[in-house]
Amino acid sequence: MKLATRGLTRAGTRAKATPAGTRIERPWMDPRDLWTEALAGVMARPVRSALTTLGTVLGITTLVITIGVASTAGNQIVGRFDALTATSVTVTVPSVAAGSDDEPLVDWSGTDAVRRLAGVDSAAALADSPLTNSVQVRSNDVKAPGDISGQTLAVVAASAGLPAGVRGAMTSGRFYDAGDIARHAQVAVLGDQAARLLGIKRVEDSPAIFFQGQSYTVIGILGGIRREQRLSTAVMLPPTTAADRLGLEDVTQVLINTALGAARQVARQAPIALAPGQRNSLAVAAPADLSKARNGVQNDVNGLFLVLGLVSLVVGAIGIANVTLVTVMERVGEIGLRRALGASRRQVAGQFLLESTTIGLLGGIVGAALGIAVVVCVAVFKEWTPVLDLNLALGAPLAGALVGLLAGLYPSLRAARMEPVDALRAPS
Amino acid sequence: MTPGPVPVPGPDLATVPIPVVSDATAVIELTGVERTFDSEPPVHALRGVNLTVRRGEHLSIVGPSGSGKSTLLNTLGLLDRPTSGTYRLDGVETTGLGDLERTALRGSRIGFVFQSFHLLPYRTVDENVMLAEAYRRPRPGLGRGTRLARAREALDRVGLGHRSGFRPDRLSGGERQRVAIARALISDPALLLCDEPTGNLDSENTLSVLELFDDLCAQGMTLVLITHDETVSRRAGQRVRITDGRLTQEPE
Repeated sequence: MKLATRGLTRAGTRAKATPAGTRIERPWMDPRDLWTEALAGVMARPVRSALTTLGTVLGITTLVITIGVASTAGNQIVGRFDALTATSVTVTVPSVAAGSDDEPLVDWSGTDAVRRLAGVDSAAALADSPLTNSVQVRSNDVKAPGDISGQTLAVVAASAGLPAGVRGAMTSGRFYDAGDIARHAQVAVLGDQAARLLGIKRVEDSPAIFFQGQSYTVIGILGGIRREQRLSTAVMLPPTTAADRLGLEDVTQVLINTALGAARQVARQAPIALAPGQRNSLAVAAPADLSKARNGVQNDVNGLFLVLGLVSLVVGAIGIANVTLVTVMERVGEIGLRRALGASRRQVAGQFLLESTTIGLLGGIVGAALGIAVVVCVAVFKEWTPVLDLNLALGAPLAGALVGLLAGLYPSLRAARMEPVDALRAPS
Repeated sequence: MTPGPVPVPGPDLATVPIPVVSDATAVIELTGVERTFDSEPPVHALRGVNLTVRRGEHLSIVGPSGSGKSTLLNTLGLLDRPTSGTYRLDGVETTGLGDLERTALRGSRIGFVFQSFHLLPYRTVDENVMLAEAYRRPRPGLGRGTRLARAREALDRVGLGHRSGFRPDRLSGGERQRVAIARALISDPALLLCDEPTGNLDSENTLSVLELFDDLCAQGMTLVLITHDETVSRRAGQRVRITDGRLTQEPE
């Protein structure tokens, strides 16, 4: 009976006044009624609606997990770099040829200049030399037969700011200070491993160590060293003392810790502050630009899963479209009835569109919740801090709704195109 | 089954300032209506149909299948357009109207009663009745908030006040048809258009529905009933027969 409708002008039907000038009310629907009808349609077959959401749930879950885990993991990687590498700048000073009269490139007071740079948290200078890299150190002067006569340890000179410079902490006693350095005090601080090797556990009774025929009072043990970990097996002396006794005069290394994000700028400025005239002679080790590195890694990992999630979404959309189409075909009689009751084509289309959008939205909400739960579980399992973008949490349900909306377009169009005469003939 | 005084349904003057009306009491005026389907060979479903139904009349259109009954019903219900001729419904000339206006007119002036009831199985009877008001702009004093009360009132009017809250699948066929009639009544239509209303009912239920129609007529409702059943047809005040697309007056 398609013929029955031939000659009906579908276009040009809007805002037409009758010849006599009568105004006739237009089909009108309260948005609340539209919502009620759509919701009732979804809830009429709850199991089917629930099953229909599955594809969207799967797709949204995959996307949320992919994006959520990636951003969580990405931030953890950066977090590790932050703590160590990303804020660490090391300046290596080439040693001046022995015996030459040249001034050392970097003075011990150079760390003060570096510390004044913006973004620098702490700085410390170190001096070591091949001659002092393996020194026989003993913790007592008594020679007993068969006794191990000592340990081979490195001896370095370091500025008073070293504990901060290596991000360590005194586990016992104190580090020497400016006063000790000024007095050329014959004191030493041990790295925690060095102290263990020498059998020194505490410094309250002022233990002494001996090397190269000299004795030093141990005033502290430095532990928890996170930079230059070789120092945990080293003996640290005030620079003045080391210069006097061992000839360790010239700074060979400057350790700088910066604020997050300041490392590269500090790396450019530090050589100028340390050796204004000869900054090019200094070798600077600064962290690579991590943001680029991280993006590269993420793109590789995420690409595949994003594609997977999008494929699931497409499958979900096809599922919704399919089921909505079946629903439309099952409800032909209902469509005819609504048209007979005064529903316009647009209102019929609107209802089915809203039904499919609701199903998509439900899928999106469930998917987002599941995805976030999985991200949190992964984070707990890996002992990470979950990083969840609010846009992701809010955008995922919207994406689901969009999928439902797109999926509902064709079935809604089919429903709207039905002629009431034909539709009413179907059983309700 | 004790309906109170019911206002005589009339045209909604707030929305339609009626222009020239040839017969002020006519609800339906068909003049020279033809309906031809462009098949090969062309089918002349309606030929030169003239029909006037006045307010409060009870008309039955009887005819065998294939006589053009359905086409006439579709034309009267604004579901189909005549090929030529004019159709004035409740004073509004409809043949020149667009799809949207015809839809709105259908929703506000015509109450449909179908053979297969067309109730939504997943909604309560109250919701089914209220559905008829969903596609209309609320009339003054009859807002959305009053809808449930009016649905109950309509159910009372068809004698189903005690079935409020039920789902259609728990009702008998006669009760279902009464719900459908209540749905048609809630929007105060100018015309109740019934398509084989008793076609799916046993004789007992048929009788109760026909009694309800008599009551509604007594209250001033305009009723057009299309049927092939002579016993149903005989209860109407006026009867016309349709044969091969032509109307003939039945003897009283």
